Amino acid sequence: MVNHIVLNFLKIISFTSILFINSSFVAAQKNDAPQLDMTVNRGVIKPISLAVPSFIEESGANSIISRELAKVISNNLDSTGLFKSIPQSAYVSMPLSFNTPVQFSDWSIINADVLVMGSVGLKPDGRLEVKFRLWDVSQQKEIGKGKQYFTNSESWRRISHKISDTIYTRVTGEGAYFDSRVVFVSETGPKDNRTKRLAIMDQDGANFRLLKHPPSLVIAPRFSPTTNKIIFTGYETGKPKVYLMDLSSEDITSLPELKGMSFAPRFSADGSQIVLSMTENGNTDIFINTLSTGVKRRLTTNNAIDTAPSFSPDGKSIVFESDRGGGQQLYIISTQGGDAKRISFGEGRYATPVWSPRGDLIAFTKIKEGKFHIGVMRVDGTKERLLTTSFLDEGPAWAPNGRVLMFFRETPGKAGAPSIYSIDISGRNLRKIKTSSFASDPNWSPILN
Amino acid sequence: MKNIGLAIFIILLLVGCENNKSFKNSIDKAQISESDIEYFQNLVGDTVLFTVDQSGLRPDAISILNAQANWLKEKKFLPITIEGHADEQGTREYNLALGARRATAVREFLLAKGIEQDRISIVTYGKERPLRVCSNEECWSKNRRAVTVVGKKIVE
Repeated sequence: MVNHIVLNFLKIISFTSILFINSSFVAAQKNDAPQLDMTVNRGVIKPISLAVPSFIEESGANSIISRELAKVISNNLDSTGLFKSIPQSAYVSMPLSFNTPVQFSDWSIINADVLVMGSVGLKPDGRLEVKFRLWDVSQQKEIGKGKQYFTNSESWRRISHKISDTIYTRVTGEGAYFDSRVVFVSETGPKDNRTKRLAIMDQDGANFRLLKHPPSLVIAPRFSPTTNKIIFTGYETGKPKVYLMDLSSEDITSLPELKGMSFAPRFSADGSQIVLSMTENGNTDIFINTLSTGVKRRLTTNNAIDTAPSFSPDGKSIVFESDRGGGQQLYIISTQGGDAKRISFGEGRYATPVWSPRGDLIAFTKIKEGKFHIGVMRVDGTKERLLTTSFLDEGPAWAPNGRVLMFFRETPGKAGAPSIYSIDISGRNLRKIKTSSFASDPNWSPILN
Repeated sequence: MKNIGLAIFIILLLVGCENNKSFKNSIDKAQISESDIEYFQNLVGDTVLFTVDQSGLRPDAISILNAQANWLKEKKFLPITIEGHADEQGTREYNLALGARRATAVREFLLAKGIEQDRISIVTYGKERPLRVCSNEECWSKNRRAVTVVGKKIVE
C-alpha cells in the first residue's frame, strides 16, 4: 500500500540504499487496484510524477479558470514533496475532450506516473461544473471513480483543493488537508512596537485577509472544530483575556466567567469546551470551560506555571507544559483531574504541546542549548524526533490529517521577524508559507465543510 | 459598551505610551519636581530587572522598589499598573505566565511596604513588548523587567 510506504519511508531508507516497493493505490475498487512503483534512493524520495493538463474548456468556460484549476492542484500536490508535476511545456499532447480515451503512450513517454484529467464548463444558471478523473499511466487504469462538482464561479479555488485532496488521499492513503484554512497573527511595524492583527488565509497562502478587530495586541487564534469560530487572546481591557470570534460576522464575545488574566485557549474536538490557562495571584493554572453553561472547572492546583494545554481528540486527556519539576516539561492529565503524568524526559525545555488530530503524536517546541526546535513524540513520550532547528522555532499546529505541521520561525536581531513554515512529520519538505506581512501563531483548521 | 471599553483602552494606551517615554540621562534634574511622574520614572526608577527565567527580586531591584514605595506613599491618589515582561528566549505562553510572576513579585513587595492593594493593577506582556531589540544578553537582560506605570489603572 502506498500509504504504508509514505509512513515508513524514513525507517526503510535508514537501512537500505535502494528500494523498490510494489505498492497499490488506495482506491474504491480494491481487487483490481493498480500497482505503482515508488523508488527510494539514498535517502531521497523519488516523488510520484504527475501530469495535470489545463482543464478542458466546455461550454462557456473561462480559460483562466481552466488553467488555474490545474495550477492550484499541481502546486498543492508538489507542496507535499511526495509528487512532482511535469511542466506542461513537456507534454506531447493535450487532451481535447473529457470523454475520449486517454492516449497513455503520450503520458508514459514523459514518465508520468499519474494523470489528472479535468474539465470545466459554465451552466446556464451561472454555476461552474467541474469534473475530473485520475489515471494510473503505467497500469492504464482509472484510480477511483471520477468526480463532478457544481459551484459558484468564485469558489473554483476550493474545488481545486477538494480535487487535490481526492488525488492525495487516493494515491497516498493519507487523510485530506488541502481544503482548509489557517488563522494566524499578522505582524507589522518595528520589533519593539509591533502591530499584531488576526488574519486568515487558505492553507496554501491564498485569500489572505485581516479579520475585523481593533488593532490591539492579539495572541494565538485557534479554530473551533466546526471552523466557524476562533478563540484567541486579546488585550482589549488592557490585560490578556480570552475571546471568541464568530467568523461569519467577525463579532467578538468575551467569556465573563474568566477573571484576571487568561490565555492559551483551545477547543475540545467536539467544540463544547475550551481549555486555557488563567493567572490568579501570579500563579498560572489550567481550567476547562464549558461554553454552553459558562461553568469553569480548575484542572491543576500547583505553584508552578501550568500552561499551553491541548485536548486529546477523544476529549479524555489534556497535554500541557509545566515547570513544576524545575524546568518546562510536558505532562498529561485526565480531563476529570487527578495526578498529571510527565511524558518528556530529554535534555532541555519542552513547551507548547499539541495533540495530533489522529491521536498518535504530540508536537511540541523544544529549547535546548539556546536553539529552538519543533519536534514530535508519541503520546507516552517515546520516539521523540526533532524536525527543525533555528534561533526561534515555535508553536506547532497540526494539519487536519496529522501528517504535516505549521509553525513560526523568527529571525534574530533588530530586523528579526516571524514567518510561517510547514514541515512534514517525517522531517522532510520544510517550506516557507508566503504571506504579505510578517506572520506568527498559525493554527490549521479542520477540513472545511 | 464595547466602544466605551475601547475608548478606555485607547486612553490607557496613550497614558502608557506617555509614561514609557525614555528621558534617560538627558534630563535636567533642576527642571523636574520631585512630584512629577518623570521624576518617578527616571530618578526613582520605574523598572526592575530579573535573572533569566526567574521572578525573584534581586538586591538591585529591592533598592529601586524601596524608593518606589517611598515615592508612592506620598502620592496616595495615583493608581499604578505593574507590567511584567520576559525576553524573547522563551515560548509565548510560558513568557506570559513568567511576566505575570514578575509583576506579582513587585506587587507583593509594594503591598508589604504599605501601598494600598486597590491602587495596584498588574498585567503581563510576556515577550510581546521588548524594550531593546538586539538578540543577545545585552538586550535580553533589559527586557526581563517589571515596569511600575504611575497613573495607569486597568479597569476590568
